[in-house]
Formats: sequence, structure tokens, C-alpha cells
Amino acid sequence: MAETLKPSSGPLDYGNRLWLKILFAATFTALYAPIFTMIAFSFNTDKRGVIWRGFTWDNYVKAWNNSDLQEAMLNSLSIAFISTIIATIIGTMVALVLWRFRFPFKAGYEGLMALPIVIPEICMGVSLVLFFTKSGMMAWSVGMPWPLNLINIIIAHVAFCFPFVAVVVRSRLVGFNRQFEEASKDLGASEWQTFWNVIVPFMMPGLVAGALLAFTLSLDDFVITYFTSGPETVTFPVKVYSLVRRGVSPEINAASTVLILITVIATIIAMRLQAPDKVGEG
Amino acid sequence: MDSWRGNLRVFWTLFTPGTFWLLVFFLIPLGWLFHDSFSDKISITETEFTGTLANYIRAFDTVYLQIIWKSIWISFLATTFCLLLAYPIAFGICFAPARWKPLLLLLVILPFWINLLIRTYALIAVFRSQGYLNLVLGWIGLGPFEMLYNDGAVIMGLVYVYMPFMVLPLYATIERLDRSYLEASLDLGGSQFQTFWKVTLPLTMPGIVTGIILVFIPCLGSFLTPDMLGGANAIMIGNVIERQFKYANDWPFGSALSFLLMYVTFGALALRAYYAARSKGVDV
Repeated sequence: MAETLKPSSGPLDYGNRLWLKILFAATFTALYAPIFTMIAFSFNTDKRGVIWRGFTWDNYVKAWNNSDLQEAMLNSLSIAFISTIIATIIGTMVALVLWRFRFPFKAGYEGLMALPIVIPEICMGVSLVLFFTKSGMMAWSVGMPWPLNLINIIIAHVAFCFPFVAVVVRSRLVGFNRQFEEASKDLGASEWQTFWNVIVPFMMPGLVAGALLAFTLSLDDFVITYFTSGPETVTFPVKVYSLVRRGVSPEINAASTVLILITVIATIIAMRLQAPDKVGEG
Repeated sequence: MDSWRGNLRVFWTLFTPGTFWLLVFFLIPLGWLFHDSFSDKISITETEFTGTLANYIRAFDTVYLQIIWKSIWISFLATTFCLLLAYPIAFGICFAPARWKPLLLLLVILPFWINLLIRTYALIAVFRSQGYLNLVLGWIGLGPFEMLYNDGAVIMGLVYVYMPFMVLPLYATIERLDRSYLEASLDLGGSQFQTFWKVTLPLTMPGIVTGIILVFIPCLGSFLTPDMLGGANAIMIGNVIERQFKYANDWPFGSALSFLLMYVTFGALALRAYYAARSKGVDV
């Protein structure tokens, strides 16, 4: 690594160039100004939202009491919770099998596992809507009571989340010293005891990081949900989409702010969990 | 690593769930989509497999060719702007004081975790004709300008949304760059510009290629950004696919278009693999 060179000042000290600083300031302003304006104006008393007229919590109260938004948010959170649990379990199993075993056509299998990560979202969305409609699952789920009517969306979310979980968990497993496993077995532990008492505690940070990644991916997804949701089911992004088409309102700002808060907190926790790991590796 | 035969029970227990999910809820739907792209539409809801190529041939009608061409062009421009902006940013982060690096990286990545729809919505609020930017411009006696619902708005939206994808791979390669090469070039009398052009740029090419592909692919397949920022006259291939499935009910044609989009994606990925294999000796 080049860090030992530590540029102090001189021709390589690009960090101190004025033009670069200006570019940084401009880019970060452009990246964050729209988001911060949106958050700020969620506290605005003005209905049309352009001019600042005063601070209020009214928009949050209104968004909270809006039964459509409530239902959409509840759906989104339920979908995210359930698909996170399933995706984390399945993804971890995939990571374990790829980490532990040699088997025929392994490279091809790994390639297939990466496919949901790389293909365009819209292709996955339309292939799933076709599958659900033609297999009758769409028609079947529409008449189901909550939360069974969300089952297609949950299945779709698991399908695009678990390969991500597998990647994260596997990168954690790479650092595992297999002698611990052997020691555990030598001392008389069964396969299951070794797994539960040695491997699971070791991969816990990766597990939690993978789960949080799945959670944010699921909560944020619009395209795949838009295609796989039936005519009756609405999730938060789908609801916002239909509202935005009718115009900008402080209520959407408020609801969006809440969603941003949830994802940012989840992301920061995930990053904290992964950070010490990186130091240990380097 | 154990052989799978060594412990069959454990192997199958771990192997089955993921394989099942991938097969049933990913590969079979894709196969079905492929199958349907060779079908004829016989009524509003029914299709019949005939092995026809008509859907693919229709994709090469002038109307659709123009849209495909426009999608490629818009994605190309968005990727170029992303690269031009992201390179100095990534470079600056690499040469920033060590204690600033994690924070700067976090600032670049964080918007990526915020819902795409919300970010696009935030852009609309800023740029619409009664938006904040026009309000500010109004104070100095300019405007209001109509900034949304055209190709430029779509490109701006794509750059805004996919910037992090470009910064991260660039950061990774520039960080690995051996700085003594740069010092050697400068010591030997190369100017900053020559050093950049002849040393830095070739050495960071793998990151540039990765970044270009990571941005170009989602741009080409994007549907939400052109839908919300582009209005009626800036449709891209993703919007045409969506229309076939949501409104026009011509699923076989939509399936054929989806597969064309996937072929382009795979082509781009193959290109990346080719570059990665070729540059193996250079970047480490």
C-alpha cells in the first residue's frame, strides 16, 4: 500500500489544490442540497412548499393520519422484515456452501448466483410479473388476507436480496481460521454444535451487515415491486410514485424523511459493524 | 475446502434452499420470458408459442430503433459526465488527509442508500418551474426556466443517481496506485498534465472501465428516471418495456425488448471481463 509515503506538501499534495476543493464543495452541495431542502421543507407550514413560512410538525401528523400512506408504510416494513429474514437465512447458506465445499460446476454456480445482482432491474421485474401471472400466483394472492397478499412481492424481494447477503457473509467467512472448527470437533462437538457455537458467532457481523443490506434494498425497491404488486397492494415507494405524478406536497416530504431516517440508521449500523473487520484484514 | 462428497447431509442442506429459490423465482421466470418472446399475442391476456421472430424484428422498426439509439446515447452522455465529475472526486479523496477519507467516502456513498424514488422526487422539487432553483433565480431577475421534462433533465437525473457507482471503483484503483510512479514522472521533468495523461490515466484504466460499465448498465435499463424527469418526449427502452407490460398488454414484444436489453448488458459485462483479464499484470 502507498500509505507509507504519506504526501505532506509538494507536487503530489493534490488534496490542497483550490480547484479540487471547489469541485468537492460544488459536488457535495449538488448531491445533498435537494435532499436537505426536501427534509427542511417537510417542516414548512406553507402548503405549496416553495417559500418558507414557519416551522411545524403538521405534515408529519397529516402523513401519519393518512390511511393510504399508513397502509403503504406498513406493507413496506412488513415486506422488508419478512424478506430480510428469509434472504438472510438463504443467503448465509449459499455463502457457507460456497465457502466450505468444492463441487462440480462451482464456477458456473457462482456465476448464476451473481446474475440477480447484475441484470437490469426492469428485466427481473417483468420476468417475475409474467411468472406470477401465468402460474396463477398473482390471481391467488389477490384474494388472500393480509399479509398473505404480499407474498409475491416478498418472494421477489428475497430473490434479489439473498445473493447480496451471500456476497457479504462470504467475504466475512474468508477470514475464518478453520483450525477453530477442527479444534471444536476434536474436543467432541458435533457438526451442529460447532456450527452454532463457533462459526455463527464468528460470522455474526457479516450476518447482521448482510441482513441490514437486504432490509434497505427491500425497503428502497421501487421497480420490482411496481411490477409484482397486484392492483390492490400498495407499498410506500409505489404510493409515493402515484402521489408524485399528481404533484409535490409537504406530506410526501414528511413521509420520505421518515423513510430516509430509517435507511440511514440501518446503513450506519451496517457500516459500523463492517469497519473493524477491514482494519483487522489490512 | 472439503469435497462435497465428504459430508453429503451438510452439503445438501446448505445447497438446496438457495438453489431452489434461484431456480424457481429467477431462472424459470427468465426462461418463461425468453419463451414468450417467441410467442404471438392471440388476445388481450393470452399468448401462444409459435417460435416467431416477429417480436424481435419489430424491435428493429424505425420507431423503436430510434428509442434504442436514444437510450444508448443518453446513457453514454450520462456515463461521460459521471466519469468527468467522479474522477477528480475520487482522486481528491485518495489524496485527502487520512482522517478525512472515511467521512468523504461515506458522503459519496450515503445518497446511494436513499430511495431512488425519493432522490428523484427531491430533484423535481428543486428543478420544477415553481421550484427552489427558479425561486432563487427569480430573486436576481432571471427565469422562470422550464428545466424538467426533456432529455437534459434525464441525463442530469441519471448523473445524480449513479455518481456513487463511478466514484467507488475509481477510488479503489487510484488508492492502489503506486505513488512513486507519479513522483518518478514528475522528477524526470514531466509536467502535472503529462504525468496525469501518460502515467495516472493508463494505470487507473481498469477502474475507469469498471466504473463506466457499472454506470452504463443501470442507465440503459433505467425506467424511473426518464419516466419522472423526461415526460412524454424523453422515453427510453425501459419505458417502452414498461408500457408493453402495464398498458399496451403486448407481453411477447415486451419480453423480446427485455432480452435485447439483457444481451447488451451481458455484452458490456463480457467487455469488462476481457479488460480485467488483459490488465491483470498492470494494476497490481
